[in-house]
Formats: sequence, structure tokens, C-alpha cells
Amino acid sequence: MTLPKPTELIDRLAEQIRPTLTPDCALVGIHTGGVWVMEALARRLDSDLPCGSLDIAFYRDDFSRIGLHPIVKPSQIDFDTEGRRLLLIDDVLYTGRTVRAAMNQLFDYGRPATIRLAVLVDRGGRELPICPDFSGYKLEIADDQHVSLVKHDDGSLGFVRGANRI
Amino acid sequence: MSANLQLNDDGSLRHLLSLDGLPARILTQILDTAAGFLSVSEQEVKKVPLLRGKAIFNLFFEPSTRTRTTFEIAAKRLSADVVNLNIGASSQSKGETLLDTVANLSAMHADMFIVRHSSAGAAHLIARNVADHIRVMNAGDGRHAHPTQGLLDMFTIRHYKGGFHNLRIAIVGDILHSRVARSQINALTTLGCPELRVVAPKTLLPHDVEGMGVHVYHRLEEGIKDVDVVMMLRLQNERMQGALLPSPQEYYKYWGLTPEKLRLAKPDAIVMHPGPMNRGVEIDSDVADGRQSVILPQVTFGIAVRMAVMSILAGN
Amino acid sequence: MKIHIKNGRLIDPKNGIDAQQDIYIAAGHIVGLGQAPADFHANRVIDAAGLVVCPGLVDLSARLREPGFEYMATLESEMRAAAAGGVTSLACPPDTDPPLDEPGLVEMLKFRAKSMPGPRVYPVGALTWKLRGERITEMAELHEAGCLAFSQADTPIVDTQVLMRAMEYAATFGFPVWLRPRDGHLVKDGVAHDGAVAARLGLPPIPVVSETIALASIILLAKTTGARVHVCRLSSAEAIDMVRRAKAEGLPISCDINVHHLHLTELDVADFNPNCHLYPPFRSQRDRDAIRAAVADGTIDAICSDHAPVDDDAKELPFQEAEPGATGVELLLPLTLRWAQEQGRPLSQAVDLITRRPAELLGIDTGQLGLGAPADLCLFDPETWWQVTRKSLHSLGKNSPFLGMEVQGQVRYTIIDGHIDFERHHNH
Repeated sequence: MTLPKPTELIDRLAEQIRPTLTPDCALVGIHTGGVWVMEALARRLDSDLPCGSLDIAFYRDDFSRIGLHPIVKPSQIDFDTEGRRLLLIDDVLYTGRTVRAAMNQLFDYGRPATIRLAVLVDRGGRELPICPDFSGYKLEIADDQHVSLVKHDDGSLGFVRGANRI
Repeated sequence: MSANLQLNDDGSLRHLLSLDGLPARILTQILDTAAGFLSVSEQEVKKVPLLRGKAIFNLFFEPSTRTRTTFEIAAKRLSADVVNLNIGASSQSKGETLLDTVANLSAMHADMFIVRHSSAGAAHLIARNVADHIRVMNAGDGRHAHPTQGLLDMFTIRHYKGGFHNLRIAIVGDILHSRVARSQINALTTLGCPELRVVAPKTLLPHDVEGMGVHVYHRLEEGIKDVDVVMMLRLQNERMQGALLPSPQEYYKYWGLTPEKLRLAKPDAIVMHPGPMNRGVEIDSDVADGRQSVILPQVTFGIAVRMAVMSILAGN
Repeated sequence: MKIHIKNGRLIDPKNGIDAQQDIYIAAGHIVGLGQAPADFHANRVIDAAGLVVCPGLVDLSARLREPGFEYMATLESEMRAAAAGGVTSLACPPDTDPPLDEPGLVEMLKFRAKSMPGPRVYPVGALTWKLRGERITEMAELHEAGCLAFSQADTPIVDTQVLMRAMEYAATFGFPVWLRPRDGHLVKDGVAHDGAVAARLGLPPIPVVSETIALASIILLAKTTGARVHVCRLSSAEAIDMVRRAKAEGLPISCDINVHHLHLTELDVADFNPNCHLYPPFRSQRDRDAIRAAVADGTIDAICSDHAPVDDDAKELPFQEAEPGATGVELLLPLTLRWAQEQGRPLSQAVDLITRRPAELLGIDTGQLGLGAPADLCLFDPETWWQVTRKSLHSLGKNSPFLGMEVQGQVRYTIIDGHIDFERHHNH
């Protein structure tokens, strides 16, 4: 099964999200792919909504197993999250553990009014009761396969697929 | 040498005992990770769940409330359980040996020891004798090393200067007795600082200090000329008068950092100090509180750096 | 007991022998060389093929830790260790508790030592009362009790006038004075050579001038007092040069080194190994090389073990808090042999430095295998390698910088006063 191009999916996502936006919304991307998607979305939505980014390395549930992620980027939430409607954005939704970690982290910044989840690709395989509010594409894929978003040297986005790295 | 004790077989950091012998990639990894932790302090809940359930013991054989607090805050922001022990006052005076104390605490299921001791090599001794899963962090051993202070200083320099490769840096003061200076020198030489100077009277310099890769200056006016970074050291009270130095007044006159002397450095030079400061002895208040001082940011960065080291050690 | 040692390589530097020759022992003396005396019927024949047969080792400094420090080691354990190291005579410094400053203490120690197997023990008398450097001891009385020399062990006399008078008084009787050159003010809390390693590790330094300044005083006082001075445990190239010059001027001065200083340098303390905490400290490679050369050219008269067994509680501490010293009687031979091999010196010179020459300095008639000499011998296998481990060391002190390492040259028999006091079976 071939995946559509990321730009197409981002267009689709933007159309789904646009009607739901209100001035008290803010976008939050999860490092690294989610931040790229968020930036592309923000351009298409042409909005002045505040944007932030999360590196969930400190909130992962597998720290005791695999230790600290070798590259940790600072999280940047430069706006007050208290009472805001947050749109959490990631590239690929799989087990749901990343989203769980991101939500925990968001709550450490304050108490948002709502959190909704937008993902470029939903590949199934959930291990937690989490489902996206907006999804660009639903992908059927075997457990031993992985799919992820990459950024090419020219700045364009693409998908890579292959056998599981682990 | 000491490097082996600090590293796992795969080259990752196991204990942090000294910056001597640590490769640049590990120093950089710690600084990068610390940058990530800096944002945690901006959260409303200044805490991440990374070390939840881990027991960190502050083993302070030499009392220092200030340093202990910085480690305690770092550990708590990582959600670890922290136990503070000022051992100088209890076990040691009852004749219990250092290793007995450590064995006892290990039996209480410690995961990490933060060790401060008045003798060089104490943290090494403990690291050599703990169970496999326990990590040791040196919080200052005699005149030997204070690696987290050295790292937070590197973080500060990188933060304000962007890197190390084009910098001229002067360390001023009591190099001889300073574990901070040794850690700074080790880190700066590893990270590629091209010109590192030490400035002090002969009585406050170790012999063969040049062997550590520094240029020696005795006059502050010369040593500070055109530098990008001035790192001041604390002068201990007991060393201000005696055979090492005649008086705090004379020290201030010749080695104290005043606004006039600071003008000899580059206009954008930053001034650092590990604290606590002796105002009017090694540093003038106008410099300490002045526009070029980054002494308070150092303290902030110190928490992030200690969080970074703790989480890297706990995860390796 | 009559012993016939056959097929061994006999090395007796004093009598210029280095050849395969049998040796015959009876009634505690050497009664035949090469040929058996008439009517000699051996109770025991030792086949020494492949072994070196030499005089028993004479160690100028071995602490037996009695009286007073039995928690570190005992007379019995250290005498056994010395025998296992091939040592048949040893001088023990007066830094016991109480120090050896009274004839009664010396007699008691000699009596206790005589009652058990092991080397002949020669207590060195304290030069001053309690080693405090204030009041000189009853040297003549101590000499009658068995002290052949007088020293301050590791504690220098601070008051130079007292030092001068102690030397004058000893010179009155012709007693040798053994002194460690150490300026206490310059050593203070120092624990490591004042060089690159101490600078890096932040260890309180011991400068070379702490040795040379004290040595200069000793040499000048030796000239004015006429005392027979032996300088103990030199560690620096500068100090060795000073002794070389003093000897060239005709001063009757002698000196020794700790065998560890032939091999180790400041770099060996770089991982804070408390077993490398010795006094004097291991110095630079240049100093180590100067020591090796001075042993070869005879400036250094003797090599000793400076045996100092220390219990784990006093050693398993941060470097600067650890009790200084290394266990050494069992390493004196292999470490001296290693020097000879690395420097390309003959085996007989190595043997000389740990037998005849220290015996002469101590003024005893062992350290040689002439006809009629006391039957103190060491038989060792120069080829065998063995590992220094907590188990392989007989000393109660396991504090060796060489722990875990392999050394070459293993003692097989130690014969003291005609008795086999130590015998190692093949596969040990």
C-alpha cells in the first residue's frame, strides 16, 4: 500500500481542523515530526495562533528500560496554557504512549480547557485508550514495519517505511 | 586511569567523578541534555517524572548546604526521592569507615550517591566499591574535582559565547586549592578552548600547572587582557592571611576584579564565579552585580546541568 | 642438622663466587664448599638444580608491628612472611608503640623473635625518647641490649640542635645513625610528589626540597660531628647527587632506597590507589631513572623493602587519608631481580645489594657464604613467575602496589642458622 505525499495529508488535516478553530486555541507539536507537521499546518491555516513544541524525552515510560534519549531538545511553550484549547500534533500515531507522555507534560504547564489530537498518519496498534480527533490517513501496516516522517535537505517532507529497527 | 571507572563498556557515562579523561562527546551530551532541562524550570509544575521511584542519597562528608541544595533541587525536579546525610557529624566520628557507611546505605536500596568529601579521590573510592546498579556523582572531593560545577560553567560559556573554539579564557585566583579550577581546566582543554590562562600569585599555583595545558600569569592586568571570559575563584577565609597571602587587602589590590581591571578584557567579556563570593576580596561588588556578570544565571544553569547528569547516569 | 645443597648456582658476591657448586651445612655454619668435609653425612639433601643459592637476604627496614600495632600484623606473621621472601636478617625500625627507646623493650622484642622460627631480628634503637626529637636515648644501654644502629624511623628531629647532639653522642661510641631526610615543615600534609600528577589530582604535594634541605643538614652535621651516617630511603635525583658528591669528598656516608622506588613513579598514583601511598612518595620518571642508575653505579649502597604491613581499615580510604607504606619483604627479591634484568646488570650485583652490602651496613657477619659463616641462605628459582595476590602474600598486610601483577623470581628455601625455616613446594 502506498502512502499519499505528506503535503496532501497536511492539506486534508488543515481542512478538517479549520472549522474547529477558535481564538483561544494553540498548536503544540511533538518533537520532531510533529513539530514539522505543526509548522506546515500553521502556514496553511494562516492563523496567528500561538505555537509550541514538546520534547517528551523526560516523560517517556521506557526510561528505565532504554535510558535517556541521546538527543533532547528543549520544550518550548511560550504561552499560558491555562484554560486554552490545545491541539496536540504528531506525525504518526501508533501505541499512544508518546501522546500519553505529551499530555502528562502539558499538564505540568497548567490546566488546559481541552486537548485534541491531530495526526498525519494513524497506523493502528494502540496500547492505550487514545484515539485521534483528526487524522490525515489511516494506514494498515504489520507490527514489524515502521513508518516515520523525515525532512529532506530541501525542506520537503517525506515518509520512510521499512522493517522495524528494533 | 580514572576514565575507565567512569565509563561503561559501551563508552557511556557510568559515574561522574572527574572531567579529567572524559571525551568531548560526553561533555557535549551533558550540555545538550541540560539545555532540554532548562525549560522544565519554566513549567508551572517544575518537575518531570523521569527518576520517579529512584533513591538518591546526598552523602556530604564535608558540610555545604548550598551545594547540597542544588543537587537536592535537581533530584526533586526529576521526581527522585532524596535523602540528605551529613556524615561528617555522625558515623565517621563514631569510627565507622567510609566504605561501611556506603555499604549500609546500599543495603537501603540506594540508586545514586552524590558524594562530597574533603579528601581527593573519595568519590573514586566509593565508585570502586559500590554495587553494579549504583551510580556515583562527585560533588567535590578535596582539591581534586567538582565536575558538575565545571560542567555548569561550560554550559554558561556556551550559552553566552556560542562555543569554545575562538575563546580566550582566564581563571583567576586560588588555583592550588581549587577543585573547581581543575574541573574547569579539564573541560576547557577537552572542549577545544584555544587559550586558557590561569592568574594567581605563585603561592596559589600548583607546580607543573603548565602540564595541564594552561598559560600562567601572575599579574591580573596581563592575564585578563583581551579575554572573552573571566572565571573568578573563591578565596577561602583561612588562606587570606598567613604564609600564602599577607592580607585580603593586598590580595584585592593585586588580584581582585574591579571595573577598571575588567575594562582590560574584551568589551563583551562575561564574568563568572562559582560562589559564594567574597565581595571586596576577589571581586568588587560593581563587577559582581554589573552588566557583564553572569553569576546568577550560572546558578540557574547549575540545576539543569545536575538534572542532566543524574538522568544520563540513571539511564545508562 | 646437616644439609647438602647440590647442583645449585652458587652466588656469593663477597667471595666472588658465581658458579655451580655444592654447599655443605652443619651446626648452623657453612662447613664445605664444592667438596664435602670428611665424615659428612647429610640429614637432608636439597637438589637445587635450576635454583640460585645465595646468602639469605638482609633487609634494612621491616616493620614487624610489635609491640603496639598487632591489629595490623604480628611478629609471627611478618617473620613468616620475611622467611617466605628469603630474608634471614632484618632490622626493624623503632616506630613501634611504645617506640624502642628502652633496653627492656629491645630485649623483649629480641627474646620474642628468637622464640619463633624466622629471620634474625635486629631492632634499631630510637635516637630520641619516644621519637619526639627532644631528649636523646640511653644509646649505650640500648646498644648493650642489642641495638646496632639508631634512628628516628619516619619522624624527623625538628630541632636541629637536638639532631646535632644526638649525632655527636652516637659518634662518641661509633654507633651508626640512620636518618631519613625529611623536612617536616615542607612535607606537612603532603601525600604525593609535587609534580604534574599531584597538580592534576589535587593531592597535597611533597616537594623534592623537603628531602634535599633535610639531607643537606644531615650531610653538614655528619661532617662536623663525625657521626657514621646512613641515609634512608632516598627518592629524588637531586638527593642522590648530593650523596654522590659527599661520598666523592670522602665522607663516610651510605644510603639505601625502598625497592618499590626502582619501579614506580608518580603516574602510579593517578587512579588514587591507596596502596601507592608511600613515604617518600614515588617521584617523576627522571627521579626513578636516577635511582636505577645510582643503584647500578654503587652510589646507593643497599636496597630494602621498607616493609610496612597495613590493615585494610587503614588502607581502604581516600588516598590522602590512607596509612602510608607497602608490604614488601616478599617482594624485595623479585623487584630487585627485575631491576637487574631491566638494566642489564648481572644477577650477582642484584644479590649483593640485598645481602652482603646491607649486612655490612648493619655490621653483622651474614650476607656471605664463606667457610665457617653462619648458615643463612636463600634458594630461589630465578625463572618462575608468580602472581602477587592477597592469598599468595604471607604477610598480614595485603597493601602492595603490585597486587594482581606477576613478578619473576620465587624463593624456594630459606635456611636460617642451619635450619630450613621456609620451604615452598613445587606447584605453590
